[in-house]
Amino acid sequence: MAEKLKLEVSDEIAISIKSMNKWFGSFHVLRDIDLIVNRGERIVVCGPSGSGKSTLIRCINALEEHQSGQIIVDGTELTSDIKNIDRIRSEVGMCFQHFNLFPHLSILENCTLAPIWVRKIPKKEAEETAMHFLEKVKIPEQADKYPGQLSGGQQQRVAIARSLCMRPRIMLFDEPTSALDPEMIKEVLDTMIELAEDGMTMICVTHEMGFARQVANRVIFMDDGQIVEQNEPEQFFNNPQSDRTKLFLSQILGH
Amino acid sequence: MSENYTSFVRKEMISERVPPATERGVIKWVRENLFSSVFNTIMTFVSIWIIYSIVVAAAPWFINGIWDAKTVRECYDLLDGKSGACFAVLNERFPQLIYGFKYPSSEYWRPNLATILLLVALAPILFRGLPRSLLVFSAIYPFLAFWLIWGGSILTSVSAFFGCVIALVCYRRFSGGSFTKAVIVSVVAAYIWWSIGGYIAGLNESIFALEVVPSRDMGGFMLNLLLGTIAVCLSIPLGVALALGRQSDMPIIKWICVVFIEFIRGVPLITLLFVANVILAFFFPPDTSIDLILRVLIMMTFFNAAYIAEVVRGGLAALSKGQYEAADSIGLDYTQSMRFIILPQALKISIPGIVNVSVGMLKDTTLVSIISMFDLVGMIRGPILSSTDWNGVYWELFGAAAAIFFVVCFSVSKYSQWLERQLETDKR
Repeated sequence: MAEKLKLEVSDEIAISIKSMNKWFGSFHVLRDIDLIVNRGERIVVCGPSGSGKSTLIRCINALEEHQSGQIIVDGTELTSDIKNIDRIRSEVGMCFQHFNLFPHLSILENCTLAPIWVRKIPKKEAEETAMHFLEKVKIPEQADKYPGQLSGGQQQRVAIARSLCMRPRIMLFDEPTSALDPEMIKEVLDTMIELAEDGMTMICVTHEMGFARQVANRVIFMDDGQIVEQNEPEQFFNNPQSDRTKLFLSQILGH
Repeated sequence: MSENYTSFVRKEMISERVPPATERGVIKWVRENLFSSVFNTIMTFVSIWIIYSIVVAAAPWFINGIWDAKTVRECYDLLDGKSGACFAVLNERFPQLIYGFKYPSSEYWRPNLATILLLVALAPILFRGLPRSLLVFSAIYPFLAFWLIWGGSILTSVSAFFGCVIALVCYRRFSGGSFTKAVIVSVVAAYIWWSIGGYIAGLNESIFALEVVPSRDMGGFMLNLLLGTIAVCLSIPLGVALALGRQSDMPIIKWICVVFIEFIRGVPLITLLFVANVILAFFFPPDTSIDLILRVLIMMTFFNAAYIAEVVRGGLAALSKGQYEAADSIGLDYTQSMRFIILPQALKISIPGIVNVSVGMLKDTTLVSIISMFDLVGMIRGPILSSTDWNGVYWELFGAAAAIFFVVCFSVSKYSQWLERQLETDKR
């Protein structure tokens, strides 16, 4: 199954990263990262905290600047050119650990703001799109409420809908379930699984190994700012090669 | 398991009852707030006694107050040794307290009308529920008010207004390209228009002309309100711009803003006013005379803006980094993310601070009395108290000044509390 999917999608490259390096001051966070993401591919990035996995996906939509190497997203190279960066950001959706909804706007306004002002879509059409995606994440009835009135799981689903309203070609998830209560994790993961089934290109930093097994085409393990191992989920979990990976897996799957 | 356990089935449901008499209404409030303990009871009686003494001591002064007299001596005669206020001064000098002593009395309707229209112009800005089309009047108002208060031909105001409209149109037209280009084009266009407009207005000075009242004839509370309103209205956008500039990635803009804010904040307002009054004149070419009110306004606006910038900076710092990142990640550019995401939230947090600083500014407008402008306090200290008719009537005059300022400032503060509650979406 995984083989077949890979063949279907590998004809187009969504993200290509070549020997990319990043420093925070003199601290070398990302070291010689090489990564090709094909269109429709679903990648899970895992690793111990401080390994640079969040920084890696934040570099992909230029929330963090990289200092050397090359990142090409959707055919556009990330440079310091503001126009390019804004274009890439409108093509790449992102969900954050702490949702980062806009608390002063209603759920509907959260979802329509960017389509109206960045995509220049008429308000009515943007609202229809927003309702469509809010239905997709199963909370259309909350459209007129404010983020503060929603539970964590609902807020994260709104955040996903907000990103989808821009019709992104790539979605990045930065530990989307880490700040949630256990019973809310499932509703967010279900939404993400549905998204994956629709063929969205996804890169997801997460510790949900069940999700990785079920959805990912590829699991990437990072440590000390470098990619230590990447493989299909079956191989990765059942037959890890490096010692670091084995240690990490034994720690998170140990109980 | 439990020895006291017996099987129980309720036969009748208990109906709702009112709480005991001491636990409801006024009695409950009084008992809880005034007589909750021995110490509180004593304090309550002590407070009542203090309030009573003050009222008893002050009441005759108000009750015996004389409202109708020509001079302070006439007042004393009428009082005949009793303790009492001489409110007659407020009555007799009312126009001077409000409009100053030089504003032509036949033209008092003009500042009155301007004040009423000010409320109309502010309404759609202060209350979101009103129709947006009223904002058109708010945009016209400053030019209308200038014509009403200073007089002269209406052409001056009309030309100034259309200059601004032209600048705005040019900016809209060119803002698709570079921001700098759009600003330069609109400034040049407006300047050309104003030059032509000023020339035409100079030729037709009598069209819809009101009697010209020069700035030095403005006075009384009108001057305070004028200075306060304009300085506050101009300093809020300037302060926000300075706060954003201070956060800028561009080092030169950042340093200009930092130096400006720190310099202005480090200098007393009264010093700046003296600079405006005396020293600023040295920096202009000898034959130009910049209006004193304008010079004072510039200083007050700068002063207030520097303080507001710091308040807004606090508001910006209170937002989580996630808000900036979320705004970036959905593709908003800098202007859009500031306009829709960052500033609405930061300004909401800053409301108490901005109002605090601005109310302070409104009251500080009385400092202009020191540079010999005759505002409300200047009128009292100068022409009224030094006249032989009303020599020594301090309490009544300064009390009235305090009352006038209190009414205005208290309303502003009440409005800001209301606004804060209106904007409280994240806690609802």
